[in-house]
Amino acid sequence: MSGASATAEPPVREAPPSAEPGKWRQYAIAAAFLAPAAFFLGVWIIYPMIKTIIRSFYGRDGSDFVGIDNYRTLFSSDTLVRAIENNAIWVIVVPAAVTALGLLYAVLTERIRWAVAFKTVVFMPMAVSAFAAGVTWRIMYQQEPDRGAINAGIGAVKGVFSPTGVLSEAAPSSDALEQQPSGALTLAQPLQAGDVALLGLTRIRSEEVPEIAQQAVEPESKPGEITGVVWRDFKPGGGTPGKVEQEELGLPGVTVELRDSNGEAVETAKTADDGSFTFRDVSQGDYTVGIGASTFAQPFGGVSWLGSKLITPSIIISYIWIWAGFAMVVIAAGLAAISRETLEAARTDGATEWQVFWRVTVPQLWPVLTVVFITLLINVLKVFDIVLAVAPQSVQDDANVIALAMWRTSFGGVSDFGLGSAIAVFLFLLVLPILAIQIRRFRREQGA
Amino acid sequence: MTAATAEAEAARPPVVEERTATKVLRWLGKAPIHILLVFLGLLWLVPTIGLFLTSLFAPEDVNNIGWWKIFTKPSLATFQNYQDIYHNESIRSAIVTTIIISICGTALPILVASLAGYAFAWLEFPGRDWIFLGVIALLVVPLQMALIPIFSLYSKVGIFDTKLSLILFHTAFGLPFAIFLLRNFFIGIPKELLEAARIDGASELRIFVRLILPLGLPAIASLAIFQFLWTWNDLIVALSLARDTQPITVAIFSQLRQFGANLELIAPAAFVSLAIPLAVFFAFQRYFVQGLLAGSVK
Repeated sequence: MSGASATAEPPVREAPPSAEPGKWRQYAIAAAFLAPAAFFLGVWIIYPMIKTIIRSFYGRDGSDFVGIDNYRTLFSSDTLVRAIENNAIWVIVVPAAVTALGLLYAVLTERIRWAVAFKTVVFMPMAVSAFAAGVTWRIMYQQEPDRGAINAGIGAVKGVFSPTGVLSEAAPSSDALEQQPSGALTLAQPLQAGDVALLGLTRIRSEEVPEIAQQAVEPESKPGEITGVVWRDFKPGGGTPGKVEQEELGLPGVTVELRDSNGEAVETAKTADDGSFTFRDVSQGDYTVGIGASTFAQPFGGVSWLGSKLITPSIIISYIWIWAGFAMVVIAAGLAAISRETLEAARTDGATEWQVFWRVTVPQLWPVLTVVFITLLINVLKVFDIVLAVAPQSVQDDANVIALAMWRTSFGGVSDFGLGSAIAVFLFLLVLPILAIQIRRFRREQGA
Repeated sequence: MTAATAEAEAARPPVVEERTATKVLRWLGKAPIHILLVFLGLLWLVPTIGLFLTSLFAPEDVNNIGWWKIFTKPSLATFQNYQDIYHNESIRSAIVTTIIISICGTALPILVASLAGYAFAWLEFPGRDWIFLGVIALLVVPLQMALIPIFSLYSKVGIFDTKLSLILFHTAFGLPFAIFLLRNFFIGIPKELLEAARIDGASELRIFVRLILPLGLPAIASLAIFQFLWTWNDLIVALSLARDTQPITVAIFSQLRQFGANLELIAPAAFVSLAIPLAVFFAFQRYFVQGLLAGSVK
């Protein structure tokens, strides 16, 4: 379009500026229009850029020239190397994941009537600051399943398959009971029909004894049955281990297993309020009786999303949550611009929808996908706020990224402007190749 | 069963039957997509809802009860926290600071950029396109490249830790994108309009104010939204170049160290800081998406 305006101009335009006094006036006007922008760009971007590059070769307080020492530190200090590694993970995972997700969402919503509502919801996080979004996710990621929604969700699903046991902690009161590797407690002595099993436990926290628990009673022996009791073999002042005594409570709801001599579980029973249980119709042979491991199953304690191991994946998930909407909207706009004829032609030629998608749609979308990918690449290299918001102070070394390292080194307590400048320059060098791509695209647009 | 259906079909006018049948079939075929999208949509909503509900807990409940249980038996929701942060001096001044910085940090770059954008689009001067290319090149300069020298500069000039210093920084770093967007929009204004005005003897400034600005309003609107959100949501600039001049993000950040102990303050403050950009987004969604597409898909 600039080409069209150029041809309309008289050829005098090409003459050297001094040829015409009117031209000078024009240049002066242009300069006046450009002056404010030049001032801002010069003082706040170009001058600091040069200054930062120079500063990166000086030490902490700027008086001593240190050559490339700062850059050496950048690639040898543990926290900084960690930051670079983490940023590499970001670069590998995020642009690809977000572009793929955006493509998926754009395609799924293409012919849905309420697509606008869906797109609005997914796009919403884009308007919000990465910092506020990070705080939001930090609340979601709290470890206690009572507070962190994500762990609450996982806990609910887990609870269906492996419910929490009635006792979190207990130990045998005497040598009669043995701890098995599985966590179960079994009687060392094999039993036969007519025997009585006494399963005494200690070291149970008193708040874990249910209120319905009643005085434990030693059951009577019955022919053809194995009876028994599970009780808290402890009373104030001690008592005799292995004996059911006054003031000792039975433990209700405990799962007792009856295993045959091969170790196969034959039957299970739940104890009554006084801790008693009965296995009826027990045939000949030796049996072991024990308390099942499920009785001591620990409650779900929550995944440590904000711990040092998972912190980077956790932050990445919240970042994808923010950017998926951007990718979706841009790709959807590209999708709407695809020529319907090519799709129809492919279909008439007998291509399946899958083939149409990969062979016709995606190639036509390629420029748009590239734009989304590059935009994310630039932003991921500079990621900062969300890391600071999601990662607790204690794991910031594990969550570190280049931009955060730059800030922490320069302003967050260390105040090493030399090293900070070197990190900034390193970051700049990483984005520089993207600049080349952007300029090439711009010049192609201009038809140059 | 199929036979029975076939008989029933034969009894009725076939055309209508086919139409409803295909409709039902198509709907059934799409049902999984609908369900999936509803699920995903909820997934995207949950964190924001969670933040809002968390902000409604009284201080003594916020650390003991998950936000999804807030409406149990007697509802635990209260707006007390919002009243508290309204009366909290530091949060209130942080919000005022944010508003001032965002408004000035939006108006100033738009003014500067539209002047430059007009020059790049319609004024003749040597090396115009190369200079414009240079401005676009500045788009990718990370602001980390400027923080340290500007920090020293501000201290030297004596404007460190003022709202003005933050506004000026946001203006400068908003310019490359703003000039790029506005120049591209202005160049689409019909040449005849400008030439007619020039023949009538209008000065360039008059043309700019009377012609370019009104015609460029759609582009200026989407730019304004972007720049506003960008300054409103900033953390790193204010965190590095100011100490007591705290916008809301920095105010929340300074509370974050005791996360868990002060959720009744963090949650409502975070929600307030997020509500205004959301309001802007919903009010001007169209311009927002337009600007996004103009900026990235070209």
